[in-house]
Amino acid sequence: MNVVVCVKQIPDPADPGALEEDHTLKRDGKLILDESDSYGVEMALQLADAAGGGDVTLVSMAPNNETSGLRTALAMGAAKAVLVSDDALSGAGALDTAKVLAAAIKRVEGADLILAATESSDGYTGTVPEQIAAVLDLPSVTFAKHVEVADGTVKVQRQTESGFDECEAPLPALVSVTAGVVEPRYPSFKGIMAAKSKPVDQVTVADLGLDPSAVGWAGAGQEIVDVSPAPERQAGEVIEDEGDAHQKIVEFLDGLKVL
Amino acid sequence: MALSKVWVLAESSDGTVAPITLEMLAAARGLADAVECVYGGDGAEVAETVGAHGASRVLATGPLEGKLKGPHLAAAMVQAIQGGDAPDLIMVGTTYDGRDVAGRLSVKLDKPVVTNNTAVEVDGDTVVVSEPIFGGTQIVKTRFTAGPPALAVFRPKSFVAEESGGGPAEVAAVSVPDVGAAGAAKVLERHVEEHSGPKLDEAAVVVSGGRGLGEAAKFQIIEDLAKALKGAPGASRAIVDAGWVPYSYQVGQTGKVVKPDVYLAAGISGATQHMVGMKGSKNIVAINKDPEAPIFGIADLGIVGDVHKVLPKLLEALQAKA
Repeated sequence: MNVVVCVKQIPDPADPGALEEDHTLKRDGKLILDESDSYGVEMALQLADAAGGGDVTLVSMAPNNETSGLRTALAMGAAKAVLVSDDALSGAGALDTAKVLAAAIKRVEGADLILAATESSDGYTGTVPEQIAAVLDLPSVTFAKHVEVADGTVKVQRQTESGFDECEAPLPALVSVTAGVVEPRYPSFKGIMAAKSKPVDQVTVADLGLDPSAVGWAGAGQEIVDVSPAPERQAGEVIEDEGDAHQKIVEFLDGLKVL
Repeated sequence: MALSKVWVLAESSDGTVAPITLEMLAAARGLADAVECVYGGDGAEVAETVGAHGASRVLATGPLEGKLKGPHLAAAMVQAIQGGDAPDLIMVGTTYDGRDVAGRLSVKLDKPVVTNNTAVEVDGDTVVVSEPIFGGTQIVKTRFTAGPPALAVFRPKSFVAEESGGGPAEVAAVSVPDVGAAGAAKVLERHVEEHSGPKLDEAAVVVSGGRGLGEAAKFQIIEDLAKALKGAPGASRAIVDAGWVPYSYQVGQTGKVVKPDVYLAAGISGATQHMVGMKGSKNIVAINKDPEAPIFGIADLGIVGDVHKVLPKLLEALQAKA
């Protein structure tokens, strides 16, 4: 079974984020594999393995032909990657991203299943997986907490407000997975060495058959009119526990009349 | 200048209209002359409640049993829009089904969707929405320029629900076109997880635990404290990812947004991921062994100490008072 995993390469979340003058997120430093995507990569590797073989292919969109995050996922065991990198994509919103990733997925022959995280850790729109499914006209099950494939059908436990739904969809299909769905492996030394020579198909928007003037800021259909600091919350009292801090908490709660 | 018409995606569970639906209706009433709901189900289930909150009409698909709402409800909405019933703005809640519907709709209408909004205004004849970024430290305002309908997804608790005194909304049927392969996913069975006490996003008190608890078994005291305070237990993403507690416990950017009267964070350092989901709480108490933990920057009462010492004594004191 061939699985495609959508992965995002993001600025390290441990670093403070910053915006460019045009209000896009600063992405000129080193980019890393979004941790949210490591679950999809692991899931894909396990599903291909369980099916008795098949390729796991990554698709990603990033500026400056950035591949460092892709190498991490390749080191985990993915076979190859398609990377879309194009200056025309600056300012791309969720819809453009979905159109681009969908076109990149079409370059991968015989994709049975497409996996994605529920949302990225930096932009966190949470709509891209479903938009990709819509562009490709595929069935989808989002927010998966358990995934299995048997007899051309993907079975998914989908998170709901009150529990979960047992769902299924015929392949090909798209599934978005929640964090914790599986335990991502750490790349082995051998994996890291092998990843350096795995193929990364680098393409532009035009290579995908899309119009560069219809994506990014040019085709966004939205404009940022203001970015300003949010009202800050003031810090209150901070005390060191001397063995009686619980009393302080009880007094505080008493004062609020919640007890 | 007001908009002519706003659609609010209505959702319900177990016969109760979702709080987010009523919150968005309150906001929608301030924006448009006509406020209508779109509902993937039997419109009679929600007509009275959404009517009392200002919706004049519910466009309902009828039961969608065994189907995932995304592709079907979106297709029904697109058909209604193409039939001439177009709103200026479609408001969708940040829910599992809401994001599916918004995603499908965006592609089918070829319109951008702006997510994670906490405010909306009308400027001239355009819609402007506000979204917190970088853990809620900055607010980005985005204007829709692609023409109506604007498609915006809102975070829970962004608005305060308020009844308008309206009568039941008129129910209008909308048909669901065949969506082919896109609609082939099925819901076979629904599992409702048993839980006692208030819901995480509705509780007046939330007690959350994080990695500072050390191990999964130590989460029990968070459950016990939540129970003693008649609140709900919550968790940081770190321990959800580690599998200590289910995803439904998660508070933060990728989990639930909570705004309780009291939020007690134990062993949570305060990653921006977490803070964006709880910084709207009225009062915050934090216990962490690291005096430099970012959570202390927003806590009304911060305790620098060991959760394994403070929490058992706190539980005992609360139980003694009860």
